[in-house]
Amino acid sequence: MSSLSRDEVARVAGLARIDLTPAEIDRLAGELDVIVEAVASVSEIATPDVPATSHPLPMTNVFRTDEPVAPLDRDAVLAAAPAAQDGKFLVPQILGEDA
Amino acid sequence: MTSTTTELVDYDDAIARFDPVLGIEVHVELGTRTKMFDGAPAGFGEEPNTSVTPVSLGLPGSLPVVNGTAVEYAIRIGLALNCQIAESCRFARKNYFYPDVPKNFQTSQYDEPIAFEGHVDVELEDGTTFRVEIERAHMEEDAGKNTHVGGATGRIHGAEYSLVDYNRAGIPLVEIVTKPITGAGERAPEVARAYVQTLRDLFRALEVSEARMERGNVRADVNVSLRPTPDSPLGTRTETKNVNSFRSVERAVRYEISRQAGVLDAGGTIVQETRHWHEDTGITTSGRIKSDAEDYRYFPEPDLVPIAPDRAWVEEIRASLPELPAARRRRLQGEWGYADAEMRDVVNAGAVELIEATTAAGASPAAARKWWMGELARTAKQQEVELAELPITPAQIGQLQRLVDEGRINDKLARQVLEGVLAGEGDPEAVVQARGLEVVSDDGPLLAAIDDALAAQPDIADKIRSGNLGPVGAIIGAVMKATRGQADAGRVRELVLERVQAG
Repeated sequence: MSSLSRDEVARVAGLARIDLTPAEIDRLAGELDVIVEAVASVSEIATPDVPATSHPLPMTNVFRTDEPVAPLDRDAVLAAAPAAQDGKFLVPQILGEDA
Repeated sequence: MTSTTTELVDYDDAIARFDPVLGIEVHVELGTRTKMFDGAPAGFGEEPNTSVTPVSLGLPGSLPVVNGTAVEYAIRIGLALNCQIAESCRFARKNYFYPDVPKNFQTSQYDEPIAFEGHVDVELEDGTTFRVEIERAHMEEDAGKNTHVGGATGRIHGAEYSLVDYNRAGIPLVEIVTKPITGAGERAPEVARAYVQTLRDLFRALEVSEARMERGNVRADVNVSLRPTPDSPLGTRTETKNVNSFRSVERAVRYEISRQAGVLDAGGTIVQETRHWHEDTGITTSGRIKSDAEDYRYFPEPDLVPIAPDRAWVEEIRASLPELPAARRRRLQGEWGYADAEMRDVVNAGAVELIEATTAAGASPAAARKWWMGELARTAKQQEVELAELPITPAQIGQLQRLVDEGRINDKLARQVLEGVLAGEGDPEAVVQARGLEVVSDDGPLLAAIDDALAAQPDIADKIRSGNLGPVGAIIGAVMKATRGQADAGRVRELVLERVQAG
């Protein structure tokens, strides 16, 4: 596997909303590279006829009936938020993206 | 970002030189009682944040459980779209940070949609059929609703802060994605509109959603790209998000074709981006550069087990599908005895349900068509609204026609009654009372008017007496005028003849 570039690390950090200093990016590029290589070694064992596993237990179709439950009390919910207004959560200005 | 001062190319010119290709994503909110992954009530129009639970809010430790009814509805949609239903499929996390998604991921399906490889036949206005190939239909959850506060426009730019209501977060959605729609040519905007309308009708027929466009139950994202000829490789596409009425879908496609042709003519390149549709000005503007799928870092949702719809269950659902809209239209046309062109006009005007309900309210199919496609269609056109948006109900039309059939009002008065109903004066019966519109059935005032008319035109009386019935109309006209249209013309005619014979 190819090694991770600094740009890739910076981009992934951006996607994950993690603010990294240039020094941290340098260090993580190396560390993540080791992790990626370790994970990649799995593909040496897993041949195409081995299906990918997302769930270790052989369970399917766990459904809920369409019956409403009591919702949470709004005052209690909003009390847990940093800020609220008009019964809604108040969040800081959203920049650089769109609704 | 593209330049915002692109010169638009005239639509016909653009179509003459470019071949448009569409891709449409339609989201439909399912009409289940509860949300996709927990029992929070899925109500509309509730007070903000009153239909929320730990799962809707993404509180730590909360775990999702799939709504079985939502799965059934998704299968219904898939089957109605002639799709294959997956033997097994999974949910996936689509990761992104935005306040309307409190978990920081949307639970969706990625590479394993519940339904795939289908098609739907779309009827166009001239009665021809256009087949749209369906790539997939997958299940996911809706996001909360942001309200941007501050700034001039209420849009995000310039907003000081945002308010979030999570009532909608977690409502089950099915997203239907087409394959590239090619070969529509100049009819691309119409095909786009007809496709979304066909899906809306389908959702209603399947009873999986109220599918009310104005409530955002059905939302369309429209991808448009241009290429020089149908043999050329696909061009770069733009995705215009949240186009939420049939008319807007058509306008947005048309606009993008003209705009992209302008960019290409100027030697520019189309940027793959999302664009915003502006209903008021009828244009799209640049949004964000579209994220690559890998930016969303999809991975299988570990908190939900796979869904493997039992084949017997799928067949049971297939057998329970209702009559679908196209078949229903053919049946109704037969029952109503409408000619092909008449039925097409009725369908295009969105009047099928209205006429069906009007006939159920007692009017004949011919009378129901006369009202909805005549006076009311004109009114709707004048006011630039859909027929169904007029403030009058099929039941009221039924009542109006009954008044005509009983001879209590004539056609001319009926139009005045209609005006009154549309003006919010109440049911036809109430308008007749309030405006005093009932036909004059008492012969007294009619005879007085007839006598006046005959006296004013003595030569006509002579002609009638001598057996020439032609001029009777002139007397009837004078009487109708004198009674301001409130006379029964047939009765007037009888009385005129009696009067002349007697005189």
